[in-house]
Amino acid sequence: MTVEQAAELTLTPVRSGVGVSVPRPDGTLKVSGRYAYSSDLWAADMLWGATLRSPHPSARIRSIDVGSARAMQGVHAVLTHNDVPGRRTYGVERPDQPVLAWDVVRYQGEPVALVAADHPETARRAVAAIVVDYEPLEPLCDGDAAIARGARKLRENDNEVHRVRIRHGDVESAAGLADVVVSGEYEIGMQDQAFLGPESGLAVPAGDGGLDLYVATQWLHVDRDQVAASLALPHDLIRMTNAGVGGAFGGREDLSVQIHAGLLALATQRAVKMVYSREESFFGHVHRHPAKLRYEHGATREGDLLYVRASIVLDGGAYASTSAQVCVAAASFACGPYVVPSAAVDCVAVYTNNPPCGAMRGFGAVQVCFAYESQMDRLAAALDLDPVALRRRNAMAEGSVTPTGQVVRQPAPVNELLERLRARPLPLAPPTGGRDPRELPGGVSNTTHGEGIRRGVGYAVGWKNIGFSGGLDDYSTARVRVSAAAGEPLVEVHTAACEVGQGGITVQAQIARTVIGIEHVVVLAADTGVGNAGSSSASRQTWLTGGAVEAACRAVGEELLGRAADRHGLDPRDLRLRDGGVASADGSVVATLAELLDEPAEATREYRPRRTTPLDENGQGDVTMAFAFSAHRAVVDVDVELGLVRLVEVATATDVGKALNPQSVEGQIEGATAQGVGLAVMEEIQTVGSRIRNPSFTDYLIPTILDAPAMPSEILELPQPDAPFGINGVGESGIVSSGPAVMAALRMATGRALERMPVRPHELAGATAAGGASA
Amino acid sequence: MRLKCTVNGEAQEVDGVWEGESLLYVLRERMALPGSKNACEQGECGSCSVYLNGNLVCSCLVAAGQAEGADITTVEGLAREDGLHPIQRAFVEAGAVQCGFCTPGFVVATHDLLRRNADPSEMEIREALAGNLCRCTGYTKIVDAVRLAAERLELERRQA
Repeated sequence: MTVEQAAELTLTPVRSGVGVSVPRPDGTLKVSGRYAYSSDLWAADMLWGATLRSPHPSARIRSIDVGSARAMQGVHAVLTHNDVPGRRTYGVERPDQPVLAWDVVRYQGEPVALVAADHPETARRAVAAIVVDYEPLEPLCDGDAAIARGARKLRENDNEVHRVRIRHGDVESAAGLADVVVSGEYEIGMQDQAFLGPESGLAVPAGDGGLDLYVATQWLHVDRDQVAASLALPHDLIRMTNAGVGGAFGGREDLSVQIHAGLLALATQRAVKMVYSREESFFGHVHRHPAKLRYEHGATREGDLLYVRASIVLDGGAYASTSAQVCVAAASFACGPYVVPSAAVDCVAVYTNNPPCGAMRGFGAVQVCFAYESQMDRLAAALDLDPVALRRRNAMAEGSVTPTGQVVRQPAPVNELLERLRARPLPLAPPTGGRDPRELPGGVSNTTHGEGIRRGVGYAVGWKNIGFSGGLDDYSTARVRVSAAAGEPLVEVHTAACEVGQGGITVQAQIARTVIGIEHVVVLAADTGVGNAGSSSASRQTWLTGGAVEAACRAVGEELLGRAADRHGLDPRDLRLRDGGVASADGSVVATLAELLDEPAEATREYRPRRTTPLDENGQGDVTMAFAFSAHRAVVDVDVELGLVRLVEVATATDVGKALNPQSVEGQIEGATAQGVGLAVMEEIQTVGSRIRNPSFTDYLIPTILDAPAMPSEILELPQPDAPFGINGVGESGIVSSGPAVMAALRMATGRALERMPVRPHELAGATAAGGASA
Repeated sequence: MRLKCTVNGEAQEVDGVWEGESLLYVLRERMALPGSKNACEQGECGSCSVYLNGNLVCSCLVAAGQAEGADITTVEGLAREDGLHPIQRAFVEAGAVQCGFCTPGFVVATHDLLRRNADPSEMEIREALAGNLCRCTGYTKIVDAVRLAAERLELERRQA
């Protein structure tokens, strides 16, 4: 559907409809410090909750003694697994994670007990006073080790969470025909979402025996289902509202404080607030899966890909979280946005005693992009071809078939994205003498005046899914109400779609304005008082909830036309909304909205995109609802004496379908690109013996404003078939190929193979810059 | 202990403060001023930036007792009587706000930069704001917002 088609209900132009960079409706509150984040909530007489977590990555629990904690002044409750009235486990895909551990702990930081007290310091001291007798066990620290013969079984059957096997074409025959074969082993470290707003929320016991929960989350309804199961309460007694969210990036798909705060509130019959510290936050949410990826690519002398073999191990850590879906995504996208006639992909997500891993922006597509793009560069070198030319020669296009046998029935401008980036002028290399140290690797540390600096340029292109994959029933719901407020029409949009900073509320209002032609639109707080919206993840919310808002607005508009038709004896098909009223085909006003809105008009609609199918035993199926394509070109300067990097520019080209809010689209691309380059050069949760060594912003580094490069973006708008307004999801595509482009640029600057992301200074230092250019 | 100080021009007096509390905690939990944010609580992210006697500080690193008698300005104190401060408006208009958790800190730090340097270069902007972390924007639109704010403030000065 195009904007013109969507607008056929109304002839009223709106200022702040789709296609315009409308400012965020919550912007004023956010810049003035008055926006209520989940950690800002407060209730009279509230208590503070705190969590005792396991210091061991693997241990048996012999006993838990809460006596002295319970006896402390100011402590109102101390709870253990014995106090969980309902299901003792939870999980967004499968409930395998204890609400509070019994018998064993499987990762460092696993919750063991809870405290509610009248001051956070009292709660902390009570947590410290709980005595747990552990019998430490040897942790299983490595994904490869978990599936090795004889490995200790962390679960009843084996250590596999999920396995995907794709067999496409005839790899054996193709291998016999290949003129050139390149192979490589790649590794990716564990990345953290590092959202700034810590996990937090307020649980308030209600008079009806239920609970009002105000938390920062990505998916209210699935949270509610898990909370209800563990608290043994009916769903309608758990009322959840999304409190202000300080970033998410996948890290809020799994529960954090939800059940715990609820348990404490019900136990004390007092409001309970929980706020994680930054250190606790590193233990309190899942991370991006570390991965080991073994690849083999075969091609003809001319550079046509013949086959890809890939074997991928994703370390899922101690619990399942979303590992199975990440595994499906990694396998489905393992070969890159290229025409690959034959593919054999084996991807497994495993249990270890490492921190649990699950959803993070990019969701499986990030790990494989590093491997297949590194392989494409390696293949280009082996064939003595230009890396961009090799990619363009093999680029997927509309109508191409993926390794899961799915035909790409949408624009797939891989070639054009690369062409756009190639055509961009390169940033100038600054003169060597007298350079501002802030423009050099090392920055104000003043480690070089330009000597030993090598410049590199690298390209990468990536793809990922939009929407839930593999046959899941993906849908969203919106309720739209039009009423007369002080004589003026007011549109209220109510959904359970979680605003996490991405600007969903901005575009929902834009869609409503465009469809109904009424400027005054208010988006209500997301809560469970309206139907399921699905998760704010998988780049799906603008498409799905946007589609639901559009459908509900259309229904309300038709209701208003029907009212005018009934009251004036006209055919509603001849009527249009126009300038605060209903007009007939000749333009004459039939009725004003004010008179039609003597009763508010309301409609609730669900939106379902086209269904996907699960993968069969050969990994074949129409597994993906829609694809997003994006490419990056990175320009880096490397101090090859010290191994320091400065990101000069990381340019992006992305197809967004239709930019409903161009400024927000740029913001998504820039933010995602920055997270991707962070993974390339600095971001890693480091574990030793399954223990996190760097759970703080002092030791886990994310890009600062000095680290972030210039990020010009080329935005293509090729309408997506079947999507509202022709949009495509844009929340994640920017993160997929930005890191791999930086890695390619670093390889050019240093001549090193660089098979591990993030790169570390010692892997760059001492390079002779065989392929690099003096900057 | 009892703490007396001036916050955003108003005298504040709170009782029952535990000596281990930070100025950030007192502002957020005892003075109903949650605008200063609690993202790292170890001085790495700048989300809790406030003025303490005219100096830009991370309020998470200031013990409550150190604020005795001090004059404090938080993000809540920057707006003008007729609406947002030009820096705040620029952050909204430039698209420099996404989740917004870092925004109060960036607004206060930008305020501090622009009173010292009315027309900063891009490098000066980036250096001055290097103590503030943002995870959503990639910073491009924050740089745009600071430039826009500097232009607006310059225009105001000329018109005054």
